[in-house]
Amino acid sequence: MVNVRDITFSYPHTSEPVLEQVGFDIAEGECLAILGNNGAGKSTLLKCIDRICHAPEAAVLVDGKNVFTMNGRTMAQHIAYVPQNAGAVNMTVFDAVLLGRKPYIKWDTTSEDREIASRVIHQMGLDGYVLRNVSELSGGEAQKVMLARALAQEPKLLLLDEPTSNLDPRNQHEVLQVVRQIAREHQISVAIIIHDLNLAIRYCDRFLFLKGSKVYTYGGMEVMTPETIEAVYGMRAQVIQYGEVPLVIPFPEEENSGGTSRTA
Amino acid sequence: MAKETTGQLQVYNRYLRRKRTALAVVCAAAIVVALYAVGVGSIPISIPEVIRVLLGGGEEMARTAVLNIRLPRVVAAILVGAALASAGAVMQCVLRNPLASASTLGVSQGAAFGAAVGIVVFGGGVVNSANATTAIAIHNPYIVTLCAFVCGSISTLVVIAISQFKRDIGPGGLVLAGVALSSLFSGGSTLLQYFADDTKLGAIVFWTFGNLGSTNWRELLILGLVLAAALCYFLFNRWNYNAMESGADTAKSLGVNTRAVMLISMGICSLLSAVAVSFVGIISFVGLVAPHIMRRFVGNDYRYLVPSSAVAGALLLILADTFGRSIMAPVVLPIGALTSFLGAPMFLFLLFKGGRNNG
Repeated sequence: MVNVRDITFSYPHTSEPVLEQVGFDIAEGECLAILGNNGAGKSTLLKCIDRICHAPEAAVLVDGKNVFTMNGRTMAQHIAYVPQNAGAVNMTVFDAVLLGRKPYIKWDTTSEDREIASRVIHQMGLDGYVLRNVSELSGGEAQKVMLARALAQEPKLLLLDEPTSNLDPRNQHEVLQVVRQIAREHQISVAIIIHDLNLAIRYCDRFLFLKGSKVYTYGGMEVMTPETIEAVYGMRAQVIQYGEVPLVIPFPEEENSGGTSRTA
Repeated sequence: MAKETTGQLQVYNRYLRRKRTALAVVCAAAIVVALYAVGVGSIPISIPEVIRVLLGGGEEMARTAVLNIRLPRVVAAILVGAALASAGAVMQCVLRNPLASASTLGVSQGAAFGAAVGIVVFGGGVVNSANATTAIAIHNPYIVTLCAFVCGSISTLVVIAISQFKRDIGPGGLVLAGVALSSLFSGGSTLLQYFADDTKLGAIVFWTFGNLGSTNWRELLILGLVLAAALCYFLFNRWNYNAMESGADTAKSLGVNTRAVMLISMGICSLLSAVAVSFVGIISFVGLVAPHIMRRFVGNDYRYLVPSSAVAGALLLILADTFGRSIMAPVVLPIGALTSFLGAPMFLFLLFKGGRNNG
């Protein structure tokens, strides 16, 4: 279980806090979607959890241990983070994934480190790309490499900042399927920043909406309501059931005023 | 799954062997070229004879030429080349800038200004010699070297102070600070040259040419110790540098204290360059070109890039110096001009050959 507590953060030289008293829990094997408008503080939230940005009052408990009291190396054995557009890396796929073992490396990699990297590469279906340069791969493949690197860290908590940005629909589904599958198999708690509400519904177990630097609402499918979406994004939407799959259908501004709203 | 992972590991191990082979080849080339370089001069000495002298044997004349004259020069080329190239490789990583080198942080320009101050203000002075190769020589090399080192180090200290004062400054900002300092020191050097008399002006220009022949064993020992300590630090941090190649946020998430690694690495690189430049004068392009050449063979893996850049830098400088000593003998062409002259087309070639190298 991961418990995030009291994240309050302001950037230097600004009086307005980006995040105020943000907190939530993620169970083992659970995927939490972090949702909100651009500038709502979603990326900053992940950086605060991984101590890239320093939130002085905050605490992140992984299995009851506060990771903020650990040194960087030990903390990296608990939390892995994949930033946005992290795929522009000028090294081979194997080297990039092996880097995930950095928190465990003393003088040099052991055969165990190399075997773990190799196993994760295989899990992600990247066997044919071992010596390819990451920067020469497609967006989807590069994203899988970054995920593989994060998984090689063997974390308890995985933080993903828009892993589906710049991906085509097929790759978006493929990457999120892999994330969910690995989260369940390895009992990793996952926090994903995502903009597409339908992808969030499809692949995440719970949802956290950020608005005005605070948590607007947080919970399971029950919080994914037209009222929440309108309050957070300033846009009307309907949530319908398409077979067994819930779908969010947004109504942009012109349709809002034109009175052409449709129902399921 | 075991079969697939075994196959992957075999492929990766072959790839690592290629890197180790590249490192071994460049080491072997550097040793052969160094032995050859020791033998080049007015009295040619064969490589076997050079080896005999180095092992304590050989004829008296060969011993005098090798041990007193040529060996210090070649050792200077090895140490200075290794210092500038390893510092260049690390600076290019921590500043995330492929053009980073001693010049980028203003170290070379600072040292040149310091040398000019030593010659003009503190009376480093000059003597004229009948010998064509030393028509102008620095009269008091210690004061000139000291001033060059102090001013080269000032660049480093100012850049580090700026980064401490303005903590949100990134690698780009530090490079810009280095460019500003370079401009400041270049302006200062120009002013000193403008007010210097002809002989002092000659001495300033002579110092900036670079001269590997001016070092003695004591200076080489100092440079060797500084280089050894710096290489230990660089190699100890090689996995941190690999992580930093993936970007600052990724490196931090892997447990790297990126700010501390960047500041300490920059400080060590700049001091290493300042020591090297203060002993032998301005030597351009080696710190920039050698890491880029070796990236083509070993990629951005700092386990191999740091040592191979150091050896490649040594090799390049020995080659340039041997070329400069032999092409118009007995006139010795200035090493600084030669490295710029040979380094620029080499760099352009690497640029046009282009493409991203394999990590």
